[in-house]
Amino acid sequence: MSSTKLSHLEVVRPIVEKYAKDPNALLQILIEVQEILHCVPKDVQDYISKELFGKSRVRVPAVISFYSFLSEQYLGEYVVHFADNIIEQMLGNRELAARLCSKLGVKIGKVRNDGRVSVHFTSCIGMSDQAPAILVNGRTIPKLTPEKVDVIAQSITAQMPVERWPESLFVVEDNIRRSDVLFRRKIEPGSAIKACLDRAKAAHAPVALDEQLSPLPSDSDKTGLDHAAQETLAEMYRSDLRGRGGAGFKAAIKWETARDKKGSSRYVLCNADEGEPGTFKDRVLLQNYADMVFEGMTVCGFTIKAKLGILYIRGEYRYMKEHLDAVLQKRREQNLLGEHILGSPFSFDIKIHWGAGAYVCGMETAMIESIEGKRGSPRKRWPLPVEWGYKGQPTVVNNVETYAGAAIVAVRGGSWFAQHGTMQSTGTKLFCVSGDCERPGIYEYPFGVSIREVLRDCGARNTQAVQISGPSGMMLPESEFDRLLAFEDVPSVGTVMIFDKSRDMFDVLHNFAKFFQHESCGLCTPCRVGTTLLVNILDKFKKGQGSALDLEEIKNISQLLKTFSHCGLGQTAQAPFMDALQKFRPIFDKRLKSKEFIPAFSLNAALEEARQLTGRTDPGAFIHEDIAEPAH
Amino acid sequence: MSKKVSVATCSLAGCFGCHMSLLDIDERILDLLQLVEFNRSPINDIKHIEGMADVGLIEGGVCNAENFHVLKEFREHCKILVSMGECAITGGIPSMRNHFTLKDCLEEGYIRGVGIENAHIPNDPEIPLLTDKVYPCHEVVKIDYFLPGCPPSADAIWHFLTELIAGRDPSLPTELIKYD
Amino acid sequence: MENTFSLDGKEIPFEPGQTVWDAAMAAGVYIPHLCHNPDYEPHSSCRLCTITVNGRPFAACTQPAVADQLVHNNTPELNAMRRTILQMLFVEGNHYCPSCEKSGNCKLQSSAYDLGMQDNHFPQLFPHREPDSSHPDVILDRDRCILCGLCVRVSRDVDKKSIFAIANRGIKSELIVNSPSGKLVDSKVSVDDEAMKVCPVGSLMIKRKGFEVPIGQRDYDKEPISVVSLRQFQGRKEGRHE
Repeated sequence: MSSTKLSHLEVVRPIVEKYAKDPNALLQILIEVQEILHCVPKDVQDYISKELFGKSRVRVPAVISFYSFLSEQYLGEYVVHFADNIIEQMLGNRELAARLCSKLGVKIGKVRNDGRVSVHFTSCIGMSDQAPAILVNGRTIPKLTPEKVDVIAQSITAQMPVERWPESLFVVEDNIRRSDVLFRRKIEPGSAIKACLDRAKAAHAPVALDEQLSPLPSDSDKTGLDHAAQETLAEMYRSDLRGRGGAGFKAAIKWETARDKKGSSRYVLCNADEGEPGTFKDRVLLQNYADMVFEGMTVCGFTIKAKLGILYIRGEYRYMKEHLDAVLQKRREQNLLGEHILGSPFSFDIKIHWGAGAYVCGMETAMIESIEGKRGSPRKRWPLPVEWGYKGQPTVVNNVETYAGAAIVAVRGGSWFAQHGTMQSTGTKLFCVSGDCERPGIYEYPFGVSIREVLRDCGARNTQAVQISGPSGMMLPESEFDRLLAFEDVPSVGTVMIFDKSRDMFDVLHNFAKFFQHESCGLCTPCRVGTTLLVNILDKFKKGQGSALDLEEIKNISQLLKTFSHCGLGQTAQAPFMDALQKFRPIFDKRLKSKEFIPAFSLNAALEEARQLTGRTDPGAFIHEDIAEPAH
Repeated sequence: MSKKVSVATCSLAGCFGCHMSLLDIDERILDLLQLVEFNRSPINDIKHIEGMADVGLIEGGVCNAENFHVLKEFREHCKILVSMGECAITGGIPSMRNHFTLKDCLEEGYIRGVGIENAHIPNDPEIPLLTDKVYPCHEVVKIDYFLPGCPPSADAIWHFLTELIAGRDPSLPTELIKYD
Repeated sequence: MENTFSLDGKEIPFEPGQTVWDAAMAAGVYIPHLCHNPDYEPHSSCRLCTITVNGRPFAACTQPAVADQLVHNNTPELNAMRRTILQMLFVEGNHYCPSCEKSGNCKLQSSAYDLGMQDNHFPQLFPHREPDSSHPDVILDRDRCILCGLCVRVSRDVDKKSIFAIANRGIKSELIVNSPSGKLVDSKVSVDDEAMKVCPVGSLMIKRKGFEVPIGQRDYDKEPISVVSLRQFQGRKEGRHE
């Protein structure tokens, strides 16, 4: 890489200067350094610490070690991340990873001796409809095949820069399979904002700014805008638009609360963390409908009187950086962002904040912490972000799809929007379909579609189970396929993972359990320890050493996670376990060795090290029976 | 005699402190002997459980093959099995070796240590083979009750045994729960 | 009293802005806690103080008291789950009570006594954690750290030194030290730091103080933590009002 010619200081100084030494920019600075140096070495950490925090150097390593894509150790000129969610595993990612590792002579997770390459597993990278997928130096390569692996191995061996690899490797497909309100009615950039401003005009109040006479909005302007904001809010209420991130909280209530809370400024945050394995709708929206999303954010900013919006987007989507920057720049040129939008007194801009591999940052307060350049640990529960959000100010956090919906509401009106979907779940929903079906991709349906209909449309056969809303959602057997995808029945972020009858749902559960263990932020006791204990119990079942007592243990730990965890991650980490126990019991039963106690380890294996050290092979050096049945 | 409760005890990877504490119940041991008879125990030097015991008290965790065999014998021949003391319950002080590999431990003791002649790791079949780690008893067999303390106080042991023999819940009152 | 809520059937008065934990403790009702110290901002990470408010679980240390709400605290169900939290903390680290200088003054240990914990229940994780005894006056024993973050918060907010931080995440979380070497000896830590006084366990200790008070005569040897804690809380309140 050309950067090796630059000293560390030459790399980091301009980045730190670009962000004006802002402590809130710590994560962004680290990401850019990592991108160039493929590590954040100690001397760079010291420099950043000194420039951003003065004396304290402890925050930088604390942040680096929190995010999966940051590393103090050099990861090599080529850094490969294999997505490792269950869908990827079903489509053979492990075999492809082994093939690549063997071609390159490298071990998973270790940098090759010559420092040139390392290969890692990571959680879902939002490509489940075109799995197996990898990131190479942050760039996405979907639909991996053995042939592509060989091309990649050759390119790395030939030291060809990633920029010169065949472009065809990097083509990410949209796979939009079914369109409804949102996909079909692409709104013109600016039309939602115009609709809002028109409501101000309708109130017979002047909104156009006479720049010659009055560079600042006059009181009467404000009155007009106030009225327009109130009208927009009323439309949002009429739409009954509920948050698309999974929880389904009504957007209008959030907006109104944030608007009414006291603060020196207000913020609009868009959650594009999309870390729930099997989810990729935000990627498709931002790739094709970014204007609509930014438009929705702007409408929110207009309604709550914010001046700044921030798109928080996961590091896995870094390949979209140029595209998103360009969309924002164009909107500024079109006066849809920036000062005095469309000549009105309303000013608003949007910036992008990147994540770096941490599922928990999808929790809104963890996301805010991350945007402030910190570790992505969720905040204490109260006050809520609408009162105490980004920089301690009233903040609205909504999902990408929610903002797209808000743009539609602004243009078409709330009543029109509410005609779609069901009474309690208005509008349409994007569903990310992956797994065992002919046509994985994005399906837009009005809320209330049945699981069976989705399965039919995507060409799923012999379906054993679906996982709705990712690992934190619901694992449903065939008997429940007539249930409806809507907040009042099966709520979801829009993820539909399909497993046919050839799949072992134990492997699915095991994958989910390891995912939660890996992504637990470690703040609260139940989640930090409980997710590990659950993985250990499944490991035991995997070895065929399960006992009925372990099933009780799973229930107890799950109950604790659900009740005592600090945030939604821990509270929902138990969901697949409880579903599996209730609805897929045979996956445990067939691995059950005994009703009685079974150790989690083999006593005989526990003597192996001593056997080797002493060279003993006498009968006393072995234990033949590991189970002692209690006397009763 | 046959109505007496049969109690077996043993010390695995422990220090016999729990047994000392058992004897520390002082003259109450005479009362206790009205209620129980000791089966296999270091106190009477009986080597194996005769028939079935009603209660087995285990001191110490599992650090070698012999510990495992004894614990297994207890589990199979005791109706109620009790982990007594920190080492049985958590691995205790012996489990501090778990932070090193067995290789490091043995080489430090028998090869690299000060003043060692004819350095070699003992391999006589008479010596029980060490496990890779020290394990709390409940990770090896099912344990029915736990009697914490290092050692559990004589009062705690007395309370536990008398309640258990009387057929009541032998859980310790807060003031008798101690880990040190 | 105008503002009251029901706590296990008892009417608890509160002032606006108080948390459930504050109001309960002020009224003489003990709620177990480890990561919370009433002199500092609550953190709600250990989750030991989990209560139910109108049937829903919340951390008492951050939950605002609201009039007429129905709060449950000292119930067999909540105490059983609290015991499980403690067992998780015990297997997560390496807690050798018999050889720990903090024994008898340790809030983890005494909370476990108080909640009737007689075993660790889960398999020990036996993690490998590096101790730091480099400093002449202060020792950091990570084996005993329960990641409550009190030293992190107090060093940052009160001492203005930011000596400590939590690094890594999940089960790999660990306490790190602000110095070029990562060792305490190269940090600005001092025995007079407030942060040195807040460790609920024996993770941060001052050297050469060992066994000044013999085992058996320490705070929680004499009285349960529920009694000591309430007395300290109420004494603190009176002290402040004087």
